[in-house]
Amino acid sequence: MHELSIMDSTLRIAIQHAEAQQATRIHRITMRIGELSGVAMDALTFAFEVLSNDTPASGAELEIERVPARCRCTGCGKEFTPEGPIFTCPDCGELSATIVQGREMELVSMEVS
Amino acid sequence: MAPTSAPRTIVVNETVLEKNDTVAHRNRALISSWRCLAVNMLSSPGSGKTSLLERTLRDLSPTLPLAVIVGDLATDNDARRLATGNAPVVQINTLDICHLDAGMIERALPEIAPARPRILFIENVGNMVCPAAFQLGEHVRAVLMSVTEGEDKPLKYPTLFKTADVVVLTKMDIAEAVGFDRQTALANVHAIAPQADVVLTSARTGEGLEQWYDWLGQRVEKEYVNGDARQRSAGVS
Repeated sequence: MHELSIMDSTLRIAIQHAEAQQATRIHRITMRIGELSGVAMDALTFAFEVLSNDTPASGAELEIERVPARCRCTGCGKEFTPEGPIFTCPDCGELSATIVQGREMELVSMEVS
Repeated sequence: MAPTSAPRTIVVNETVLEKNDTVAHRNRALISSWRCLAVNMLSSPGSGKTSLLERTLRDLSPTLPLAVIVGDLATDNDARRLATGNAPVVQINTLDICHLDAGMIERALPEIAPARPRILFIENVGNMVCPAAFQLGEHVRAVLMSVTEGEDKPLKYPTLFKTADVVVLTKMDIAEAVGFDRQTALANVHAIAPQADVVLTSARTGEGLEQWYDWLGQRVEKEYVNGDARQRSAGVS
């Protein structure tokens, strides 16, 4: 349940930005979460519902953009989207450890008033 | 109270764990200033992190200054097990938090500093999911898995294994008794974590510990002997 910590950080950043813009309500929060980030969407949504209570984000919509995994082959340099947890290069068959995308945990934007 | 206005969009584009990562970076800089290697040790509960550390402290601390930060939800049992020699041991109780974070390490470091260790072991909370996301300021990550946990552990927890610099198989002395299939386990580790070195150990019999100590020595050397501390861009990269 580290999603609680992640959402706690997200809401702190969100509220800080809202206050800086003199907004009193947050209507929507958009996040980008990578497929390899180890974050469970259900747990993140649950954490949002619990932690946003009694904050300017109470009742807000949480929008999550999933970022698919991308690897770079250590052998031939090809970039590819892995299928499953074993990152085998579709061209040369080499196992890859270089992840170029998919670990994101970002607060992208918010709608406020 | 600001006046109510029409809904508008604010672009933020911030990494959610930015604050943790900033503190982690500061921790790493401080630890590097001691020419010390910080090792984040991660595994499920009961895989033998404390036993491996007990043995490592016993074997290495007579000749090398070491220190330990140990995280558990509750109790200081692990710290008491480890605090038998001259290495400082700091227990962190996270209460209900399932992982260590960089702030917890930052608060523990002043107690470690006077010892000027060359290796600082950070024993994370036993958990193969949550700690993976939190950089602490470590230079390297050691992921442990015991022979009783099943050969497919890396397939079940790929996110953590993919961040490992070394995978330490533990309790090799009971491998045969529990029907451990070494070849399958090693193949799974390699498939999920091709970047990681692998050592097979038993803290009880001492099997493989020389390789574990050699690995640590090589990493200390890599960080500090060949010029200044290498800046590691991200613990989870």
